[in-house]
Parts: sequence; C-alpha cells; structure tokens
Amino acid sequence: MNNKKVGILTIGLCLVLIVASFSGCVTEEEEPEPGEMVLIFGSSGDAKRLDPGDVTDGESIQRMDNIFESLVEYKPSSTEIQPCLATSWDMSEDGLNITFNLRHDVKFHDGTDFNADSVVFSFARQYNSSHPYHDYGEWAYWGYMFSDIDRVEKIDNYTIKIFLERTNAAIMTSLAMFTVCMVSPANAEQWGEDAFKHPSGTGPFKFVEWIKDDHITLEANDDYWRESPKLDKLIFRVIEDPSARLMALQTNEIQGMEYPDPTSFDAIEADSDLQLLTAPGMNVGYLAINCGYGYNDSNENGVRDPDEPWVKTLAYSEPLANKKVRQAINYAIDKNSIVDNLYKGTAVVAKNGMPPFMLGYNDDVEDYSYDPDMARTLLTEAGYPNGFTSTLWVMPVSRPYMFDPPKIGEAIQSYLAAVNITVDIYQIDWATYLEKTEAGEHPMCLLGWTGDNGDPDNFMNVLYAENACSIGTAGNVAFYNNSRVQEVLSAALQTYDTTERANYYEEAQMLLHENASHVYLAHSNQNVVFRSNVKGYVLHPTSRKFFYPVTIE
Amino acid sequence: MLVPVVLGVSIIAFSLIHLAPGDPARTMLGERATQEQLNEIREKYGLDEPLYVQYGIWLNGVLHGDLGRSITSHEEVGKEIADRLPNTIELAIGAMIFAIIIGVFAGIISATKQYSITDYTCMGIALFGISMPVFWLGIMLMMIFGVFLGWLPIGGRIDLLIPFQRVTGFMIFDSIITGNLPALISVLRHLTLPAIALGTIPMAMIARVTRSSMLEVLRQDFIRTERAKGLSERMVIYKHAVRNAMVPVVTVIGLNVGLLLAGAILTETVFSWPGVGRLVVNAVYERDYPLVVGCILVFAIIFVIVNLITDILYTYIDPRIHYE
Repeated sequence: MNNKKVGILTIGLCLVLIVASFSGCVTEEEEPEPGEMVLIFGSSGDAKRLDPGDVTDGESIQRMDNIFESLVEYKPSSTEIQPCLATSWDMSEDGLNITFNLRHDVKFHDGTDFNADSVVFSFARQYNSSHPYHDYGEWAYWGYMFSDIDRVEKIDNYTIKIFLERTNAAIMTSLAMFTVCMVSPANAEQWGEDAFKHPSGTGPFKFVEWIKDDHITLEANDDYWRESPKLDKLIFRVIEDPSARLMALQTNEIQGMEYPDPTSFDAIEADSDLQLLTAPGMNVGYLAINCGYGYNDSNENGVRDPDEPWVKTLAYSEPLANKKVRQAINYAIDKNSIVDNLYKGTAVVAKNGMPPFMLGYNDDVEDYSYDPDMARTLLTEAGYPNGFTSTLWVMPVSRPYMFDPPKIGEAIQSYLAAVNITVDIYQIDWATYLEKTEAGEHPMCLLGWTGDNGDPDNFMNVLYAENACSIGTAGNVAFYNNSRVQEVLSAALQTYDTTERANYYEEAQMLLHENASHVYLAHSNQNVVFRSNVKGYVLHPTSRKFFYPVTIE
Repeated sequence: MLVPVVLGVSIIAFSLIHLAPGDPARTMLGERATQEQLNEIREKYGLDEPLYVQYGIWLNGVLHGDLGRSITSHEEVGKEIADRLPNTIELAIGAMIFAIIIGVFAGIISATKQYSITDYTCMGIALFGISMPVFWLGIMLMMIFGVFLGWLPIGGRIDLLIPFQRVTGFMIFDSIITGNLPALISVLRHLTLPAIALGTIPMAMIARVTRSSMLEVLRQDFIRTERAKGLSERMVIYKHAVRNAMVPVVTVIGLNVGLLLAGAILTETVFSWPGVGRLVVNAVYERDYPLVVGCILVFAIIFVIVNLITDILYTYIDPRIHYE
C-alpha cells in the first residue's frame, strides 16, 4: 500500500467516524416498537451467576428475583410471607415438619410442569452431597441459613414435606429467600454445569440474553400463572460509575437506577423528570468493641459446647474488656453528626442492633446520648483518668450499611481523642479484614450487616449471640459473651409464638445496650431513582427488586 | 520471544496474585462464610495445595488449551476473555485511529510552522491532553456531549433497543456483515467518546514525538536539496520528510498500545464498556486467581504481537532496516 492509499483509507475512516458521531443530532433516539414497554435499569455491577441457589451477591439476586419464585413470598412491602408456588402449608405439632400443597398448572419457562419433583430437586441438589447436580454450585446460603432442614420429600405430585432437624421459628421467612427458588430440573439436565447461564424459573419474566458486563435482557412471561407483567421487556444494564449512571438516567438511556450517590440527591429532587424513592433499609452499621473472649469451635457445629472453653482473643485489652470504658466510648461518639454529615442524611441513627421495623425491636432502650463529660467521668471511674491508646480497624470498602468508612473512622478517632482515648486507624484489604476481625485480631472495628430473610434471628443470633463468638468465624465481632443473651436468643428460635419471640428479642437488646459491646451507628436507607413516568415500583424492606408490578406511563 | 516472555509473565503473575493478601474463598462467601464451606471451596479449586503444585496444574491446563474456570463466575476463563476481548480491541483501535490521525497531523503542522500560534496551540493542547486523567476526561466528555449537547450516548456499546445479531463479537464488523445500518451507526456513536477519552494521551504523545522528529528531519541536507530542486513544499513535507520522521513515531505508537490496555481499564469503567480491562480489575478485587492470570497472559501475548508488528513496520518505513 502506498502513502496515498493509506491516506485515503484513514481519511475515509475518519469521515465515517465523524458522520456516525453526529448522525445522532439528526436521527432521534431509536424508539422501541410501538406499544412495547421496555424498562432499562442501571445496575452498579453485573450478575455473577444466574442460579438462585448458588449466589450471594445483590446484583445476581436482582436479576433472579424477576425470573424465579419460591414456595412462599414476602408481602409487597413487608417481610411477612404469603403463598406463592405453595398454596397452603401445615406445620406439624412438634414443629419439626411442614407439609406444602403446591400450585397446579404452573409451568417453567422451558415449558415443563412445576410439581413436587421439581421442588425436591431444587432443595436436594443443595443439601445432598451425592446429588448429581451438587458439585455445580457452592450453595453458600444453604449451609448458612437452611442447615436446620434435614430433607425434603415428595408426598404426591403436588404435595411435599420439609423435615427439620430442630424447630426453627425463622424457617418460613427463610423459605421466601432466593436461595430456595424453584429451578427446572429439565433445564438443569439440558445445560449441566452451564445451567447458571440459562436460568429457567416460573417467575414473571423469562431470560433472553446475557452479554457479560453489559446487560441482561428479560422478557414478559406470557404464560405466567398470575396476570402477565406490564413491562414487555426488562433490561438490566451495567453502569458501574454512579455519576455515569445518573447521566444515563437524565438522558433517558435508562429509566431507573440503583445506588445514587447521596451528594446528587439535591439535583435529582430538583429534576422534574426524575423521582427518588427512599425506604428504610434492613441493615445496621456499627463499631464493635472487642470485649476479649471467644472460643475455638473445634467441632465446627456453630455452638459453644461445654468442652470449648472461653479463651482471650488476640486483641484482648484490659480497658476494652471493662464495661464502663465501653459505655464511655458510646457516650463519646456523636452519632447524629455522623449520620447527618457522613451518611449525608440517608440513614437513621441506630440505638439497637437491628432495624426498627423488625419483630421484637425494643423501642424502650434509651440510647447513649452524645456526652463527652459523662464519657470522661466513666473513664475515670474505670481507672483510666488519662485515657488509653488503642486501634480502630476501618473497612476498606463501602457497604450499604456503611458509606465511606474511612471518613467515619476518622470522625470516631477525633471523638475518642476528645475524651483522651487515642486510636490509630488500621486498614487492610476486605477479604483479610473479614478474616482477621472474625478471628478477633482487632481491638475495635467498623462493620455491619444487611439482613437476609427479614427475621430478627438473622440479626440477633448472627451478630450478638454467645455462639457467634467462635474465633475464626465469629459473627459477633465484639466477642461479647453473655449466657443470658444466648439463652433468650435460642429460646426465641424454638417457639413459633410471635409475641413470645418479640419479648425474648427485646430482653436481649436491653442486655446488649447495658453492656455496650457495640456502638450502633446507623441503619442506612435504600434509594432508587426512576424517570417520573415509571410507576408501581415498591421498595421492599429486604432491598430485593421486584419489577412485576412496574409500568411506564 | 513469545514463549519465554509469556512463561515469565505467567510465573510472575501467578506468584504475585497468590502472594497478595486476601483469600478467594473468603471473598466469595463474604460475611456469611462458615468454616466448612471455606474448606470445601479451597479444596474444590485446589487452593489448599502448595503454590508450585497449583502452578503446575495450571500450566498443564494451559498447554492443553484450558485456562481453567473462573472462581466467581464458574465460566471458563477462555470464554470470559473471548467474550470481552473484541470490545477492548475495537475500543483500542478506535482510540489509536483518533490518536494517530490527530496526533500526526498536529505534529506535522507544529513542525512546519514552528514557533507560530498554531504550533503553540497544538503543543498546548498536547500538554493538556497528556496531563489529563482519563477518568475525569471521560466524565467531562459525557457531560458535554451526552448530557448538555445530547449528541452522543453516555455509555455502553449499542442502543439496547436496536435488534442486533452477534457473529464474531466485533460489533462494527458484525453490523457490517449483517447489513445492519442502524446498529452500525449506534455502535460507532457509542464508540466515539470512549475512543476520544482513551486516545487523548497517546494522541498528545504522538503529536510531540512527530513534531520533534519532523523538526530534526526538516533540518537535514536532503530536504534542503529537494527544496533546491524546486519540489513543492507539500511534496517535500508529505512525501519525503514525513516518511523519514515516522520511525520514532511508530515506536511510540507501538509502546502506546501497552498504555492503551492500562488506560482501557479506566475508560471501560467510566463508559461501562464491557471489555477485558474491567474484567481484570474485578477479578483482582475478587481474588479470582485463574481469571487474573488468564487476563495477564492474554495482555502479554497482545503486547508481544504488537511489538512484532511494530518491528515489521520499521522495515516498511525504512528500507535500510532488515531482519535476518
């Protein structure tokens, strides 16, 4: 090729680029086919896998919740449950097995029938290690939430029975989780190891296409057992950067988005084309103070057995093991200011370790006020009139329950400095952070929790129980052991009487408050933004995203 | 060259990512990990084996054409990369076309009109371009051309409402062979801003190198001879001087492909571009060892190939250069 040809070619390409770039000024944005209602939702990341039993991340769950369904489901704006693929159920008197009557005439998206066999398949592949499909997943939530289920058996074509190893009052709410959504056995057989790329459920939307890191397209399931969804297509588009996501929403490239940056709330509210939806989130962000004692769960049963003694954690420190010091820390921190300035007002101040809308929330607990003088007095009473030094571990990542942990860490550092407690800030990568805090290597750490199933047990037992102080896998990273707390939390799981359960949880919260093992900081709100012509979206307390009722006017 | 470089890179990549703190099993299960599950996952992916054994198993797979499966997505690493590589290549080519056309012309004009207003303007822009963070530039371009002027889309590869048939994964190519004009226009419109954002730094570098190389050539005797012969100034510059000035420029262009891959990570994030850059960043965050090493391996191969092409181009530009 001589220079001339190269020149012509480059100029030609250049022209194509330029013409193409500006052709948009003349041609209007492509409109969907007349009458087709399409909603493109801007997500902050891509799904990892599309198998409901085998995912833990919010992005995958978001897609799955519109493709799959479980035996029971949450009511539209609460964590109470209602029938879904099961029309009714009976709990045995001893509370150890539940019989479910299944809905007839429901079909999976691949055209096969939903029946007792598919229910048994969906459960058994997770708990039965010799099941032919067991090796295709990690089933992370099963071990964690459903290990009380011993087995699931078919009674007849439309009846199944779940057998529990022990009574578990949270089991019904857990059964509304994505983990136990029903998958098509025929589809699993067809795709084998790759079934996670070809989801087939019974839900309102059918899977169409997945272009990795770009988008996932779903279309309305016209054979849905309820009325068909109003949207013809639902597309989840990945836009990682929050400001780019908002710009795409402003230009109508997308019609809805998650995780808006709190600093842009004013701009969103001022824009009449956009609507900001906000609701309380099911989470808690806290500062955990290492009270100093854990146990080695040598038989890995998640329970402290009599032969597993209390041992000092690696980061045991005399002052923090003292209740008065921990109370002083609670008095020293101005939570209101942290919520207003660092959570940008998109959270409510927390006084208990679980969100206010949950069963058994104790509103009688009187929170520690911001009172540095009181903090100094308590420190003097505890024998530390000149304060002491310690280390605060700060999360390296933002989580829904903790925006901008480094700034929150610095704020806490300065509040504590004001009462003569000098803390150094320590940061390490997220995986190691979790590993080491669960092993008790931190004197104080920032952490939190987002609820899974809407049951108080999923906060209280996971985060504050004595059994959760196992060194290496602790959920109770304050390593606070109190046998009475453990007693009431266990009792609350044994009874199906909600009033009785509520009383138990209230007592536990009062005890935790008095012993000040944590500084509960905030419950973050959940926020989504839509174009103002998008109607019908309801924020669910679990933050799960259901697009079935959504319509565009 | 390819074999030792790739082998070396794979050993370094493998060791570094495994030595970095953080455990993939833990990253995968997050706050909800139980000891039993952690052990199960470590065993399943061979993470409990010594490092050299893990490397041996991996290398054996690679020699059989199998890069393993991603820990987080369970997808074959080869497929994960193949799905995204065409996107990164299209972006890099777009950026390179932008950088070369603008950079070379700006460099030539600056050199021929040394110390003029044009020269200062071009070099001022080049300096500005070279010091611009890609991330910020991307957001600015989006705000100006996407939101305020409404000329170009904010991100993504194509308007999702346009029907599109994937054949090779190269979307420009696919839309041409399927004769899908609306798709071609949409793909090019989506490519424009990311290509400019990614191409700005190479553009600036190319402009500066072209200028200095041209200045040097223009001072040489043969140019004076040609002028004396009565050749038109245009012929002197574009036929004789430019070709002689191109050797260092081609070197810079070749080296810039490496920078493009690095810059692509940021550009792809800002413009939600489904490319390999984003893939590797997420894989590093998640300690997805097989995926990280697979991506680095592919980057290394691309880099070696591009350098090879650069070397071959030298012989075309300067016939005095021969390779035995």
